[in-house]
Amino acid sequence: MTTFVLLTVTGLGLGALYFLIASGLSLIYGLMGVLNFAHGAFLTVGAYGMWFTESKLGGVPIWPRFLIGAVAGIAVGTLFAALVEIVLIRPLYRRHIEQVLVTVGLGLATTALIVAIWGNDARPVPSPAWLGETTTFLGAHIPNDRFLLIVAAILVLAGLETFLQRTRYGLIIRAGVENRAMVTALGIDVRKAFTLVFAIGGAAAALAGVLGNVYFTTVDPNVGTSLLIFAFIVVVIGGLGSLRGTAIAAVVVGLVQQYANYYASSGLGDLSVVLLLALVLLARPRGLSGSFA
Amino acid sequence: MTALLEVRDLHVRLGESHVLQGIEFDVEEGGVTALLGRNGVGKTTTLRALMGLVDRSGSVVLAGEELVSTPTHRIVRRGVGYVPEDRDVFAGLTVDENLRLAERNGAARYDLVYDLFPELRERGSQLAGTLSGGQQQMVAIARALLNENRVLLVDEPTKGLAPALVTQVADVLARVSELATVLLVEQNLGVVNRVARDAVVLDTGRVVHIGPAKELLADTPMVHRLLGVGHA
Amino acid sequence: MRRAAVPVGVLIVLALVPKFTVDVPWVFNDSLNAPGTLQLLALCLVFGGLAMSYDLLFGYTGLMSFGHALYFAVGVYLIAISLTKWHWSFAEGVAFAALVGIVLPLILGVVSLRVTGIAFAMVTLAFAQAGSILAYKNLYGWTGGEEGLGTDYTKLPAAFVGILNTKNLYWLALAYAAVVFVVVRWAVSSSPGHVWQAIRDNELRVQVLGLRPYGYKLLSFVLASFLATLGGIVYVLLIGGATTDVTTATFTLTLLIMVVIGGSGTRWGAFLGGVLYTWANQRLGDASSSHIVSSLPSFLRTPLEQPTFVLGVLFILVVFFLPGGLARTGRLRKALS
Repeated sequence: MTTFVLLTVTGLGLGALYFLIASGLSLIYGLMGVLNFAHGAFLTVGAYGMWFTESKLGGVPIWPRFLIGAVAGIAVGTLFAALVEIVLIRPLYRRHIEQVLVTVGLGLATTALIVAIWGNDARPVPSPAWLGETTTFLGAHIPNDRFLLIVAAILVLAGLETFLQRTRYGLIIRAGVENRAMVTALGIDVRKAFTLVFAIGGAAAALAGVLGNVYFTTVDPNVGTSLLIFAFIVVVIGGLGSLRGTAIAAVVVGLVQQYANYYASSGLGDLSVVLLLALVLLARPRGLSGSFA
Repeated sequence: MTALLEVRDLHVRLGESHVLQGIEFDVEEGGVTALLGRNGVGKTTTLRALMGLVDRSGSVVLAGEELVSTPTHRIVRRGVGYVPEDRDVFAGLTVDENLRLAERNGAARYDLVYDLFPELRERGSQLAGTLSGGQQQMVAIARALLNENRVLLVDEPTKGLAPALVTQVADVLARVSELATVLLVEQNLGVVNRVARDAVVLDTGRVVHIGPAKELLADTPMVHRLLGVGHA
Repeated sequence: MRRAAVPVGVLIVLALVPKFTVDVPWVFNDSLNAPGTLQLLALCLVFGGLAMSYDLLFGYTGLMSFGHALYFAVGVYLIAISLTKWHWSFAEGVAFAALVGIVLPLILGVVSLRVTGIAFAMVTLAFAQAGSILAYKNLYGWTGGEEGLGTDYTKLPAAFVGILNTKNLYWLALAYAAVVFVVVRWAVSSSPGHVWQAIRDNELRVQVLGLRPYGYKLLSFVLASFLATLGGIVYVLLIGGATTDVTTATFTLTLLIMVVIGGSGTRWGAFLGGVLYTWANQRLGDASSSHIVSSLPSFLRTPLEQPTFVLGVLFILVVFFLPGGLARTGRLRKALS
C-alpha cells in the first residue's frame, strides 16, 4: 500500500513536470499552428540558467541561492523564447512547414551550443536539503520535491486558466486558437499574442527545467530533448490546443509510467506510454479532448 | 464626387487559378451596394481581398487611403466591418465574449446592438456554439456594428436561414444602411431588391455590369443571363 | 537517354575513386583512396541513399514521418544481433533483416496511415521511440544497451573485413546509393509515383478522382522503409557494430535536415543533402582541432567545435534564404534573371 502511495505521488509529480513543459507546446500549436521542436531548448536554457546563477552565488545560504537561481532560470528561458518568436518565427508568418523546420534546427543548435560551453556531463545543482527529505503521507515516505512539483503545476494551471478566462489577451488567445483569421478580421493584431504565447510557453518550460533540476538533482544538456518527447505525447493525447486536456493527459501519462515501470518491469513504463499514444491516436485522431486546429 | 470605396484592377490568384482578373467598381457613400453573380464567380473572394485576407494586387482606396498592401487588422481599424459567409463566430466563447472581442477603442455601441438584437442581451453568457444559425448571424452582424465603421462588408447573411429570419435580417440591413455604407453579397434577390441601391455584377472574375439595383432586377432577361436562375 | 547520361557518368567517376591516389586539400584529410577517406566517402554514400529513401516518403508523397530511423536501426541491429548473439550466418542475417524490413513497415504502416498530418507524425515518432527504448533497455541482453553491440567479424564475408578492404565497403556503399537512386527515380516516375505526388499536393483531389490514397501511401511507406533497412545493413558493415544513436528521434530529424538542405522532391537534392551533411559533420569535427579554429577567440571557437551547432545554424539559414534547398537554387536564379 505504501508503495502504491509513493508511486502515485511520484507519478503525479512527473505528470506535473510533463504538464509544465506540455502546456506551452499546446498553446503554441493551438494558436499558431507551429509544432515547436525548440521547446525542449527552452527547458534546457532555463535549467542551465538556474545552475549557472547558483554557481555564481557560492557563499550565499542555500534557500536564497536556490530561489534566486530559480527566478533567473525562468527569466532567461522566457526571454529566450520571446526572442526566438520575434527573430525566427515571426518572419515566417503563414509558412508553417518552414516554421517547424526552423524550430528543429534551433533545438539541435541550442543543445549543441550548451554541450560546447559546458560539456556533455551532468552537473549537480544545489538545492535546499528540505527538498530531499521525506514527509510521511498516508504511511509512505514521500520526498518533498514531489510536493513542490505538484503544487507548482497546480499553480501554473490555475494561473493560466485565470489568464485565459479573465484577461483581454486570454480572450484573444482563446479566440485565436479557434479561428486566427477572424481575430485579425476584428481589428486585432495577433502577432503580439503570438509573442506572448511563446513567452508564456518559455516561462512554463523554464520552470519545468528548474524543477527538473530539483527532481533529478543534476542538469545535463539532453534533459530538454528527452522530456520533449513526453511532452509531445502528452499534448497529442490531451488534444492540441486544449489546456485542460493537456493537464489530464499529463497526469495519466505520469501515473501509467510509474505503475508500469514498477508493477510490470523497469523500462516498460516508457514503452507503455508510447504505445498509449499510438492507441489514443488510432482510436481518436484528435486526442482525448477532441480539439484540433 | 469621389466614392467612399474605389476598387481598381484588383487581381487575386489562389494556387493555379486566377480568381479575380482586374475587378473595378466604386461604392458610393451611404446605402447598400449589392455584389451579385452566380456561384463561384469570385464574390466572396472580392470581399476577402478587400479585407486583406488573401494576397491581392491592384488598388483599394477607402476614403482617400490606399489599403491594398495594408494588413487585415489595420484595414479593420480604418473603419471596416466584416460579416463573413459562414458567420465565423467563436463557438467556444460566450455571446458576450464574442462581442467584447470586437471592441476597439472603447466607444462600443452596445445600446445600438441590443436595440437591434435584444436576444443577444438575454443570451449573453451562452456559448456561441450552442446558438441557432439565425442567432449566430445576429452575433456576426452585431460584431460588425459595435464600432462606428464606415463600411460594412457583408457576405450572404441570409444563407441557410428560414424565411422569417430572412425577413428579419433584411429589416436589420435596411436599418444598418442608414448608419453605414454596406457592400452586400447576396443570392436572395428579394432581399437585394428591398435594400440595395446599386448593383455590381461579377462573372468569372470580372465585373460585367454596374447600375441601379432596381433597374437590373426589373430586367428579367438580363437577370437570367447574368445571374443564372433568378429568385431564391 | 540524355537524362541517364549524368547519373551514369557520376557513377563511373565515383566507382573509380579508389584508383586515384590524389590529395584534395581542405576537402579530405588524406589522399582520395586512403582508407580513412574511403570510409568517409562510403558513409556519405550510405546517408545519401538513406536521405533519398526519406525523400520518397516526405518529398514525393508528402508523408512527414518522424520514425524513419526505426527501419534503418532495424537493418543495423538485426545484422549485429543475428550474427553476434544468435550465431547465424551472414546470408541468413541479411535475409532476415530484409524480411523484417518489409514486414515491419507493412504492419506499422497499416496502423499509422489510418491517421494523417500531425497525428501521423506523432504515431511514427511513438513507434520509433518504442524501438529506441527497446534498444536502450537491452532486451534479453541482445542489443547491448547504451554501449551498443559490436558485430562478430568472423561471420562477415572476408571481402568486407579489414582496413585494406575498405575499398570494397566503399563500392558496396556506392552500389547501395546507386540502387536507391535508380529505384526512387523509377518509382517516382511510375504511375503510383504520380499518384504519390498528387497525394502530396492535394490528397482531397485524389480522393475526388476516385482513387484511395491509403494503398498508395502504404506502398510508399513500405518501399521507403525497406530501402532504409538496406542502408542499415550496409552501415553496420561499415561501422562494425550497432549503437543507440541511430534509433533516436534526433537521428530522424537529422534526415529531415539533410533532405531539406538538399531540396526535397528533386532529383539530386536529398542525395546531395545526405552527402554534404555527413561530410560536413565529419570535417567540422576534424577542423575544430585544426590550428585555424583553435587560434580563434574562445567565444567563436567553442560553438564551432560542435558540428551539430554549425549544421543547425546552417540549416536555419537555408530555411530562411534558400527555402527550396540547394538543388533548387539554380532554378531560382534562372527565374529571377
